[in-house]
Formats: sequence, structure tokens, C-alpha cells
Amino acid sequence: MPAEAMSGAEIVLKALVDQGVEVIFGYPGGAVLPIYDALFKQNALRHILVRHEQGAVHAAEGYARSTGRVGTVLVTSGPGATNAVTGLTDALMDSVPVVCLTGQVPTHLIGNDAFQEADTTGITRPCTKHNYLVRDVRDLARVLHEAFYVAKSGRPGPVVVDLPKDVLFASGSYSPPSAGQHKSYRPQLDPDPDKIAEAAALIGSAKRPLFYGGGGLVNSGAEACARFTELVRGLDIPCTLTLMGLGALPASDPHFLGMVGMHGTYEANMAMHDCDLLIAVGSRFDDRVTGRLNAFSPHSKKIHFDIDPSSINKNVHVDLAVVGDAGVALAKLGDALRAAERPLDGGAREEWWRRIDEWRRRDCLRYDKSRRDVIKPQYAIERLYAACRERDAYITTEVGQHQMWAAQFFKFEKPYHWMTSGGLGTMGYGLPAAVGVQVAHPEALVIDIAGEASILMNIQELSTVAQYRLPVKVFILNNQYMGMVRQWQELLHGGRYSESYTAALPDFVKLADAFGAFGRRVSDPADLDAAIGEMLAAPRAAIVDVAVDPTENCFPMIPSGAAHNEMLLGPQDEAKKPVSEEGMVLV
Amino acid sequence: MNGIERHTIAVLVDNEPGILARVVGLFSGRGYNIESLTVAEVDRVGHLSRISLVTSGTRMVIEQIKAQLDRLVPVHKVHDLTDEGPFVEREMALIKVAGRGESRIESLRLADIFRARVIDSTNESFVFEMTGSSDKLNAFIALMEPLGLVEVSRTGVVAISRGPGRF
Ligand SMILES: Cc1cc2nc3c(=O)[nH]c(=O)nc-3n(C[C@H](O)[C@H](O)[C@H](O)COP(=O)(O)OP(=O)(O)OC[C@H]3O[C@@H](n4cnc5c(N)ncnc54)[C@H](O)[C@@H]3O)c2cc1C
Ligand SMILES: Cc1ncc(C[n+]2csc(CCOP(=O)(O)OP(=O)(O)O)c2C)c(N)n1
Ligand SMILES: [Mg+2]
Repeated sequence: MPAEAMSGAEIVLKALVDQGVEVIFGYPGGAVLPIYDALFKQNALRHILVRHEQGAVHAAEGYARSTGRVGTVLVTSGPGATNAVTGLTDALMDSVPVVCLTGQVPTHLIGNDAFQEADTTGITRPCTKHNYLVRDVRDLARVLHEAFYVAKSGRPGPVVVDLPKDVLFASGSYSPPSAGQHKSYRPQLDPDPDKIAEAAALIGSAKRPLFYGGGGLVNSGAEACARFTELVRGLDIPCTLTLMGLGALPASDPHFLGMVGMHGTYEANMAMHDCDLLIAVGSRFDDRVTGRLNAFSPHSKKIHFDIDPSSINKNVHVDLAVVGDAGVALAKLGDALRAAERPLDGGAREEWWRRIDEWRRRDCLRYDKSRRDVIKPQYAIERLYAACRERDAYITTEVGQHQMWAAQFFKFEKPYHWMTSGGLGTMGYGLPAAVGVQVAHPEALVIDIAGEASILMNIQELSTVAQYRLPVKVFILNNQYMGMVRQWQELLHGGRYSESYTAALPDFVKLADAFGAFGRRVSDPADLDAAIGEMLAAPRAAIVDVAVDPTENCFPMIPSGAAHNEMLLGPQDEAKKPVSEEGMVLV
Repeated sequence: MNGIERHTIAVLVDNEPGILARVVGLFSGRGYNIESLTVAEVDRVGHLSRISLVTSGTRMVIEQIKAQLDRLVPVHKVHDLTDEGPFVEREMALIKVAGRGESRIESLRLADIFRARVIDSTNESFVFEMTGSSDKLNAFIALMEPLGLVEVSRTGVVAISRGPGRF
């Protein structure tokens, strides 16, 4: 059957539909008008008009991270593409599958500094997993299918497809996705059986083992997380998770020690320091997690399960690397452990749990609950969590102290419910991400836990929220400071709060009103529950502006350049343990 | 573990626009060292190019470099020739030397010893073509320095494994 001739723009839309895309987050402009015209004439694809292209990419990330699917973005050439760069970098750092279509000036003008021309493939090369410039309509369908394959295969990431306007107008024929293998990109999914056997043996003989799960579990999928949970429970091994891995093991599970790392729990960090076997699964030994490298988990053998060989031995040398998909590897590991039927060293394990329970008794997330006159930010999150624990809530965050308190005090029982910017730490991520989550889950409760500084970075997305009547909730922990910056200035720069106080903050209640959302401010702890209740009951979008203690700092904290057992547990430790000179230069 | 090693790596890639930028950008963006890099199409039907590169770093960095190269989508294969067994590497240089009298004769004599060929000559200059290991080229160029070395153009290292095996 000869394929019928279509325009490039129609080919683009057909490819998206065949890739299972239902929603595109985008913003129009001259170079992509042919695609917008084709969109106008169909109804298989829904387009969500954002208010800034950065927001489009974050929304696609929220959509992807809460569904396990690829998020899709459409922006114009030049400024549309450059505005998308922060979002793309964010998706790269956090391994989020996104396909971003960018308009481009017609092929014959490329390189001429034409109107709204930018070297999009050049600019995005280091911030995408891969990118393409399609110069010929005959390549269009194939490249688009390949883009989706690359975005979601192996370690997921963002892919840009740059589309010159003449290619969108040209007439060509469509080809459906092919079942054939990609000619060069074939990530290893199945682990080497010998390595699985070695891993099983190491686990069998460990006395103080610890699981360290990460975002790769979420990337691998809900089933991988279920297998992980099953293993942790079956082996009775304590487990910590990274910021990106929260939800991969239910937070209520007694094996869960809380988050690891800079603002992780005392018990998680001490366990990491003292374990004799560290089992990393889909986690990448990030510097927020390891602290000072030469003091990192000094007594342990280390196993690293990861799909990306470049994650292995990047920061920390491991004794055994198992390359493959976490879900597949964990299934095989489970089989191997069952077959071995080696009795675990019960006595040693008991002793290990005893030590861990001792660490747990430090109650490291404790905060001052005696103040009746001011809302403690930790308390605000605790109350928020209490109010929505039965509601299967999806949480997004901005970046700062509030993000860390959300990670510490909100308990995630399932994957896909926690969307945060970990690797890039992008202020302004949370609101547009919430847009994407809400679009994917129209009936669900979606809350952006925000700081008053971060929320202003993509506040324009309230207009998107209004347009699509998305019932997104924004819960602002308003400490009037860039709290995280303030905390570092207190710790490292003698309390000189240079430019970290936000003067002239808007009236967030009026701001909500301006966008047709419910708004309320609360400053008395006694009113907090009522305010949260009203927010949750509101059938529309809502902003609750919670005035919290402006001086509160986030603990525990491993200061830069310190080791896990040099944690600051509270304000009383700040003075006792000054930050080292090497620590000062670290980010 | 922390010693600096020098490795010759061969990379088979799709010959497509931007591939060199991807590889070079990877090295500059991640702060890896490039001693030399050469690229040319080696399979016209399959549109494949072969990149030969020489780099140095600790063992951990060398492993990182290979893993990072391998995850580039248009990369088909990455081979560490230094690790994988015997290989040969060659580099070519064009070396221009100007002078008259004794030094001119001396340069010609040395060229003969080093098996460099004269591919251009005037009354007051030679261009030598020389192929060999980078060390040999370096040695010859150093000898030309006092004899009127004008300029040098080098290809960078190309390398291939010994024996019948293929990439
Ligand atoms: C202000 C701030 C403070 C922070 N503090 C902390 C902190 O205290 N603790 C903390 O943990 N983080 C913290 N972070 C986040 C930190 O910067 C990193 O983003 C995070 O630690 C990385 O998580 P991860 O190791 O799970 O890796 P991810 O970035 O989620 O990477 C996933 C890893 O899994 C692999 N992978 C992907 N797919 C698969 C698959 N299918 N199978 C197997 N492997 C796969 C990938 O190759 C990669 O190596 C903080 C961030 C900010 C902004
Ligand atoms: C785009 C961007 N710019 C700057 C930073 C550096 N930064 C990290 S946290 C932070 C302060 C955030 O303030 P706020 O949103 O009020 O959160 P808080 O820490 O007060 O909870 C800043 C400026 C960043 N992460 N992202
Ligand atoms: Mg703040």
C-alpha cells in the first residue's frame, strides 16, 4: 500500500499519536505554526498552553515522573528553544524521559542569523541525552520514533528534535514505528548472571548490609519498586533511599531508615558509614549523598546495580558492578538468593538492628514544638501530611529548605507520587510540574510544596492552572528568606545575609484571587489545620501562604566536606563543628 | 589506582553532522584530556567513521571516558586499544625547514636517517613527510629545531590492533 503524502507537520502529529502521546505541553511561535495548524484540525492530541517554555518542560517532567511515560513538549525556534534549556537540563540530571520538539528557521536560512534563529542542537547538545536536526522530510517519521525510543530506553532523558519550518511544510510519507533494533543505541537490560551470583554471595555473607535505593528504581517502574520492597523485607535488611528514590520502598516500612545524605536522617547516614555491605540500586553516589569522599562508608564492600555504566565508579569505587535494568536484576537476584538458601548470619543481623535502633532513638528530625506563637515549617508539613495521607496525594516541590522538609516529613508509600528537582535543583520546578501531574491525573490531589522565593520563578503558570481549571494546590512555607541560602550564610559566612531576604513579597492571597484561585494566609499555629482543610476542600486551585518561623534551619545536615558521622543535628552543633576550609569551596 | 595512564581509544561512530562536536564537547565539558584526535569515514556504505583518540588520566577517569563515549547515541563501539592487547599506532607529520648551507645539508642527512621523505623543496627550504610513532616524530622535530624549523602539521595518532581480529 503506497503511503499517502502528508505534510511534515501532519507526519509529526501522526508519529506522536503512534507513540502513544496524548498530551503536549507547548507554546506557539512562527517556526512551529504549521504544527499548530495541524493541531487545530485534529483531536487525538491535547495541547496544554503553558505561559513560559521552561514551564512546558517541567510540566512534561511532572507528567512523565507521575506516569512512567514520556512527556512531550512543543516550542518555537530561538527564544522558545532557549527558554526550554533549563527544563531540559533538569530532565537530564534527573533522568526524566522527555521529547521536546523545537521549531527552526527553514533549512536554507540556517546559519544566517535569521530571525529567531538559535543553534538549538548546538545549545542543547550538552543538556540532552541526544538531539536531532531534521533536514529532510523523508527522515522525519523515523527520527521522531527514534527520539521516543532514545528518551525512554536505558537511562531515560530528554531528547530534542529540531524541525526547520520548510520541513514542516514539505510533503512526505509517513512510516510507522519499526520493531527493528536501533543501529547503535542498545542499552544492556539483562545483567550478567555471574555478577548476580556474586551479589547473592556477598549479601549472604554480610553482617551489616544496607540497601541504598535511588531514582533508578522509579525509572525502572512500579514493578521494580515492588520487587525491591519484597527483597528488603525478605532479607530483613535496612534500607535508605535518596531524594529521588523516595516512594520506592513504602516509608511506613520498618526497614526504612529515612532519606540518606546531606539532609538525610541520622540513622540512614550512620548506617551508611558503618555498614559492611552497601547495596546501591539505581542510585548514583551523588555528592549530596556521599559527603566527603575519602570518608564515605569506609568499612563496606559495595555493590552497584545500575543501567548506565557511566554511573559506575564515577565518584566511588565499587567492588561489584551489575549493569542492567533494576527490575530485571532484582528479579534475578531474588531467584539466586532463594536458590542459595544460605542461612543469613542471624546473630550479626540482630546486633546490626540493635545499633540502628539506637541511632533511631536520637530522633534526629525532632524540632522545637514548644512555641505556640509561630508555625514551625516542619509542623506545617506534618499537618499537611496528616490531612492528606488517605488521599493518595501527588507532591511536587520547589527547591530549598521546604523541599528538604517535605522529603523528611511527608511519607511516600508508592513511587510516582513525588516530583522534585534533585540533580539541578531548579527553583521554579514545582508549580509547572504540578500542572503536568494534574493533567495526567485530573481527579487526584496534587500539591506543590513551595518556598516564597521559588514560587515566584514560574508563578505565571497560575494562568495555565486557571485556563484548564486544574485544582492544583500550592502550599507555601513562607519564611521570607531564601531559607536554604540563609542557612548556608549562617553556617559559612558569619550570618551575613547578603541578598537572601526577599523584600516586597506579593500578597499571595490577592495573587491567588487574580488567577481565580482560592487563597488564604495563615500565621497562627491554631489556624493551620483549618487552612489546610479549606485548601483541600476547595474544588479549584488554591494557594495557602503559611507564615513560618523565618529563622528555622534544616537538620540534620552534613556540611560540605564533612563525613556522615560528622552530622550537625541541630543549632547547638553549628558552633561546635565549624566547616572546614575544603568544605567552604564545595557547593 | 591514582597513576596517570595514557590510552589510545578507537571509536566507531555514525558519520553524521555533529558527531565530532558531541565527542569533543564531552571531553571539554567533563574536563577530560585530549592529546590527539583524528576522525575520518572508514565505511562509505554504512556511513561509519572511526575516531582515534589519545587521552590520559587515572584508571577511574579512563573508564569514565569510555563509558561516557559509549553512551552517546551514535556511537557503535568503543575499544581501548591500550587495554585490549597489541596494537600499532602511527602518526604523520609534514615538517617545513628553511635554511642554506650546512644546516640545509644536515637536515637532509637526518631526514634520511629518520626515513622522512622530501615532498617539496626550494633553494632555501624543504618539506619533509614523515610517518611513525609520535615519539619518533617528536625526536625528529626536535632535531630540526636548530636547523631552521618553520612549521609543523601533524595528523594525530591513528591506531589499529595487531593480528587478524577486527573491531
Ligand atoms: C537542596 C537540595 C538538597 C539535596 N539533598 C539531598 C540529600 O540530602 N539526600 C539525597 O539523597 N539527595 C539530595 N539531593 C538530591 C541530589 O542532588 C541528587 O539528585 C540525588 O541524590 C540523586 O539521586 P539518585 O542517586 O537516586 O540518582 P538519580 O539522579 O535518580 O539517578 C538514577 C540512577 O539510576 C540509574 N538508572 C536509571 N534507570 C535505571 C533502571 N531502569 N535500572 C537501574 N538503574 C537505573 C541511572 O543510571 C542513575 O545512575 C538534594 C538536592 C537539592 C536540590
Ligand atoms: C534557579 C535557581 N536559582 C538559584 C538557586 C539557589 N538556591 C537554592 S535554594 C534557594 C532559596 C530558595 O528559597 P525559597 O524558595 O524561599 O525556599 P526556602 O529555602 O526558603 O524554603 C536558592 C536561591 C536555585 N536552586 N535555583
Ligand atoms: Mg523561603
